[in-house]
This record gives sequence, structure tokens and C-alpha cells, in this order.
Amino acid sequence: MGNSSKGRSKQSFWGTGEPFVWATAGALSLTLLTTAVLIVVVMVNGLGVFWPSDAALIIQNDGGRVLGEITREEAIPGTNERRIQVKVANRDLYGLDFRWIPLEDIENIEYPEDVVVLERQEYGNFNGFLQKLEQENSEPGEGRLWYQFLRAWRQVKKRQREHGVYEERIAALNREARSNEDRLLKWTHRNVPETDRRVISLLERKEALRKQFDEVSTEQAQALRTLREERAVFADASGRTKEIPLIDIVRPLRPNAMSIPAKVGTYVAKVWELLSDEPRESNTEGGLFPAIFGTILLIFTMSLFSFPLGVLAAVYLREYAKEGPLVQLVHIAVNNLAGIPSIVYGIFGLGFFVYGVGGTIDQLFFPERLPTPTFGTGGIFWASLTLALLTVPVVIVSTEEALSAIPKSIREGSYALGATRFQTLVRTILPMASPGIMTGLILAMARAAGEVAPLMITGVVKMAPALPIDGVFPFVHLDRKFMHLGFHIYDIGFQSPNVEAAKPMVFVTTFLLVLIVLSMSSLAIYLRGRMRRRYAMGAL
Amino acid sequence: MEESAANNTATVEQTLPQTDVIISVRNLSLFYGQTQALFEISFDISPKRVMGLIGPSGCGKSTFLRCLNRMNDLVDSVRVGGSIVLEDIEINDPALDVVELRRKVGMVFQKSNPFPKSIAENVVYGLRIAGVRDKAVLEERTETSLRRAGLWDEVKDRLSESALGLSGGQQQRLCIARAIAVDPQVVLMDEPASALDPRSTAHIEDLIFELREEYTIVIVTHNMQQASRVSDDTAFLYEGVLIETGPTEQIFTRPREKRTEDYITGRFG
Repeated sequence: MGNSSKGRSKQSFWGTGEPFVWATAGALSLTLLTTAVLIVVVMVNGLGVFWPSDAALIIQNDGGRVLGEITREEAIPGTNERRIQVKVANRDLYGLDFRWIPLEDIENIEYPEDVVVLERQEYGNFNGFLQKLEQENSEPGEGRLWYQFLRAWRQVKKRQREHGVYEERIAALNREARSNEDRLLKWTHRNVPETDRRVISLLERKEALRKQFDEVSTEQAQALRTLREERAVFADASGRTKEIPLIDIVRPLRPNAMSIPAKVGTYVAKVWELLSDEPRESNTEGGLFPAIFGTILLIFTMSLFSFPLGVLAAVYLREYAKEGPLVQLVHIAVNNLAGIPSIVYGIFGLGFFVYGVGGTIDQLFFPERLPTPTFGTGGIFWASLTLALLTVPVVIVSTEEALSAIPKSIREGSYALGATRFQTLVRTILPMASPGIMTGLILAMARAAGEVAPLMITGVVKMAPALPIDGVFPFVHLDRKFMHLGFHIYDIGFQSPNVEAAKPMVFVTTFLLVLIVLSMSSLAIYLRGRMRRRYAMGAL
Repeated sequence: MEESAANNTATVEQTLPQTDVIISVRNLSLFYGQTQALFEISFDISPKRVMGLIGPSGCGKSTFLRCLNRMNDLVDSVRVGGSIVLEDIEINDPALDVVELRRKVGMVFQKSNPFPKSIAENVVYGLRIAGVRDKAVLEERTETSLRRAGLWDEVKDRLSESALGLSGGQQQRLCIARAIAVDPQVVLMDEPASALDPRSTAHIEDLIFELREEYTIVIVTHNMQQASRVSDDTAFLYEGVLIETGPTEQIFTRPREKRTEDYITGRFG
């Protein structure tokens, strides 16, 4: 836009500052636009994932039949022709989830009402037609085949839920065996002989537990085997049949026969599953609950350390430390700390917290378990500390700014009334600085929520067997490994065996992560607004 | 003659026996780093009277005022020599508890500086930090202080509202109420009305006149009319040196020093 000012005199054009206004407005719009595009792309791709789309039966010129959801249409590279991508599913039959079909080859596209789309426990979706029920242990019900199938499926699912007691018992046995083993290790580590009464009783208990475990798992296997005998036969578009145990079906749908409200219902159910369930199929399907939980807990624990540490450090720097070259140096160092690549913090966290502190704890308190580490391995606690370290400079800088923005007259007013430095700080300065301090916390939280690199070496995992907080004493297990939405994006987007099928999940996860950061920040901004209203400086 | 006059007023106004000097300043010098700001100042301040400090900008009036409650401690590079005795306390004693001193010597600043708290909390701030918890005492003090500061009728219905919602003049009177709530002996005022409109200024001046009955007031002012109106005694400082001190009437009508006369008549400053 620079030289288009021929019409007017140069002096007045540049003198008015008009181009500068345009430049500032342009810069702002560009930033907003990029952000908006990002969010819209993520939302459009992420929110559509759970909509039960119609399944098309595509009949080709050569008589071939393909069944699946049409996912996109594009030009064939290098030609004028177009092609469509169909999600054919049935990975166990075809090997691939997606197929490209040139538009030219298509004779007809139909949407038969009896197309069945099954969400399965394994191998992704199945598209096909229901043929018959194979029930060994129960009577086929009344009515049309589809409803018979649904009734049988619900029955099986109900029984499966009842079998949850086996899993609980196994988990309880495992826990006891584990603590038994730990105690046993302690005695052997202290060289207590095997003939000792205490050791003998532990060994006996171990044996008893193993027996019980075997019994329960045999029972469970037996129960499962009976359940697996309830099957249904399905046929794919070309007529190949497939027997599927009802227990493997997560959600059977007939999308072409569904009304809009029914589809909305399914959509809501799927979103709820996403928020509350555990992932399946190497994380490409199912829920994200452990990752959501891990992310929020991580940010929370991080704030718990970074916030007090940063505020206290800033108070010392601004209120107590005497200005001098040393303080100046600390200021420079703090500002530069914020610029260190996060992976460096990750490596520091691994070396210092995990191996250093954690390893020392292991040596001092759990020597009998070595070389199996207890605290000397990545976990949510170490990851939180690493992130706290990473975000502390942000908190320090904003707290210092907030403190220095408080007018001298307020401090003097307080001192003149006989307040000590500490009283002035606690009663007046800190409350007044609280909105600014809150800003620092918001920035720190946003930064921490977006970090993945340092987590990858301090405790994040693809699949955590248990949440860091659960009903087992002592309820909070910050030594456990955890799942995280940011890492989840990387993992399913780039490490998944079936990238194309995992793609929707990447968008969904991204959307969720953005949503979590946004809602946490909104909460903090709301709190900051309240503090502002309470402590804001009026017209002085 | 001057002394006997002071003695007379003391016996007339006070029934209790009291010395006629509450603060005695002797050879007070002050340095900001290498720069000397006050030079060997010596004079006495009488109890329950208003001492006005006048002089051109930068003459050291405010600096002197801040010596009386050791506010200069907050500036790193300040060194003070000489002696200031408040009754029997040596203010310049490094071992003195400044917190205790500041409870005896309150201060009101040029710019009103209420805390961003409620009106009532502003008034009892000094009491709270002194450890007063009794609610009845706090409420009673809030009312008496606000009444003395002439603010009670204007704010009695909104004591729990923010002090920042008050007008400039009200805020300054609130700061005065805040200063007298801890019941100091001396109240220092650093140009308390310079940022206010004429009406609020008149209000503050009336207030000073009333407060004189209970407190010793030391006021810095730029405004000659104000000095002549509110102060009983006046001290004229010029470039860090005390030129002249005496009863206001005498300073303003028959100054002994030529420079005092020049300043008062507006020939410089």
C-alpha cells in the first residue's frame, strides 16, 4: 500500500498518520482472521465426526458394489475427471478403511434403509446388511429381525456390564498381590531368612492370592466365552458374510433409516462417550476421558507450584531486594528463562526431578524394589513440576509489573498510618496487584496447557492403565503416568497405524484441548474481572 | 515578649499543665546522597497550634515535614543529622520504632490516597494494623473520626461502599479521618488542598481550624492566603535554610528578614 499516495501531497498523506492506522488495523485483522480460520477448521472437522451420516450403496459399471459413507470428492490429479472417497470400513475384510472410486465408473448410488453400520470394539466400523441371528443360549424374540437383533444385543451388553464384577475382583486381587509383593521384597532386602514366620505367612498369602486370581480369571473367561456365542451374521455389499459376536458391537445403527432427532440423539450419546469413556482401538476411537482428566489435573497441579513460587519470588524482587547489579542480573535471567525451548525444560525435568529427586527417593525409601523404579520414573507430579518451572518466569514477570504499577502514594499512605512493610504488602499492595497477578496465572496456564514436548519425557503415555486420582487409598497417585490431550493429538495423528481413520479424532482432540484452555482462561478472566471491580483504582 | 505571649495562650487555653513545646528541632540537616537539602534547621513547634511551613518550590518544606515521621527512611540515599525531639522521644534515633512513631505522628498527603477499600475500612486501617479487633471500638472510631473530619453526614449511609467513589474533596477529608482515627498527637499535612477546587479547599481549611483544638498540626502550603488563614505560627524556608519563624501575624505583617517580606509580597517564588 506504500506508494499509492500520488493524488495528495506526500506531506499531508504521511503526516496524518492514516497509513499507520491502516497498518495497525490490518495487522489486527490478519491475526484475528488466522485464529478464526484455525478454530473454524478445527470445529468443522471435529464437530462433524460424530454425526451418523447416511451410508451409500454405490453400484459400479462393472457390477461391483461398494457400501460406505462418502467422505469427499476431488479431481483426480492430472486429469479432468473427479473421484469420490468412500469410507468402506470392514477393515478385517478389506484391509483398508477407505476407497477411491472415479465418478465415471459409477452407475448408480442408492441409500437402502436396511444398511447397518456397526461400531465395533475392534477393527473399526462394519458396513453391511443383517442376515440372521445365531443364538445358542437364548430364544429368538418376536418381531422383525433388526429388532430381534437389537433386543439380543442389549441383553448381551447388560450381561457384559454385570460381568464387571470380575474385573473389579481381579483389580482388587492385583492390588493386594502388589502390596504383598512389596512387603515380601522389603523382608528379602533386609535379609530376613525364608524360614522367618513373617516371610512364610507372606508367601502363603501370595500363593492363596494366585489361586484366587486363577479361579476368578477362569470364571471370567468362561462367562465371556458364553457371551461370545451370541452372534449375528452380516453380509457386506458384495455378499461376503461375517459372523460378529454381539459383545463386540459397541453401537449398531441404521443411519439411512434414522430420523433427524434419532441422529441428534446418537450424536449426543457419542459426544458423551467421548467425554466420559476410555479410548479403544489404539486411541483412534472411544472416549478421551483419561486424557481430559490428565490435562486438567496437570495444569492444576502445575499452578499449585508455579503460582506461589512465582508470586513470592516477584514480591522479593520488587519489594525487598535492593536495586543493584545483582537484581538487574536476576531480572535479565528471569526474562530469558521464558525464552528457553520447552524441550530443554523437559530434559532438565527428566534429569533433575525424575532421575535426581525421584531416584534419590527410591534409594532412600524403596531400595527393595530397585531396579524397578517407584518415583524414579516419569509421572504426573514430575511433569507438573517441570511445567511449573517453565511457567514461573511468566508469573514472576506479570506479578512484578502488577506490583510496580501500584502508585507510591498508596504505599506511603499505609506506612504513614504505622503499617509495617509486611502489613502494607498483605493488606493493600497484594490485593491491588491481584488482577495483574491473575493475568500472569492465565498466561502461565495457557502456556502449560499447550506444552507437549517436555511431557513426553517426564511421564506422559499413550495409554495409562489408571487415573492419577481414583478410589484406591491414598486416592491421589501423582507418581502415576498420565494421558494428555496434546500428546494424544501427536500420538493418534502421527503414530497411529491407521492415520486416515484417526484423522477425525485428531480434530476432535484439538477442539477439546482448545476448549479446555479457553474455558480455564475464561474462568480466570472472570475472576480477574471481579478482583478488578473490587480493587481497581478509581479516579485519583 | 514572644515567649510570654506563647505562655499566656497556653495558660488561657489549657487547664492541664503542659509544656509549650511539643516538637523541638535542633541543627537538622539532611542529605540526598551528596546533595544537602536541609541546613542546620532549629526551631520549636507548640502543641495544639497550627504551624505553617512556607517557601518556594524545592526549598525543602516537604522534606522537612517527612523528617517528622521518618518517611524519608523509604528513600534509600537519605542521611539525616541533628535532632528532633517529640516530647521525650528522639525521632532521629536509629533504634526508634518508626511504626510507633507514625502512630503518634499522622500524615495527610498532597494527593488524596484512599485505599481501594470501603469507606469504613479506610478509616479503621490504622487501628486494624495496630491489632484492634473489637467491632464496637472500630465502629465507634469510624463514626467519631468521620464526624471530626466533617464527612459523617455525607457518607454515613454508604460506609461499606468503595472509598474511590467519593469526590476529590471527600477523599481528602477521608484521608484526614483516617489519619486521626489512630489518635495521633501531631498531624502532618503536605499541601492538603492543592489538588482541590476552592469549595473543597475552604472545607479543608475549616476542618484544620477545628482540628487544632485536639491536635498539633504542621502544614506545608504553597498558598500565602491559606497560610495566613489557617496557621497560628509560620516558618519560612528558603533553599533548605530556615529564614524566619514566628507567629503568623508577625511574619505576615512585620517580617524581620528582607527575603521573607519579598516572598510574602510575591516578589519571587
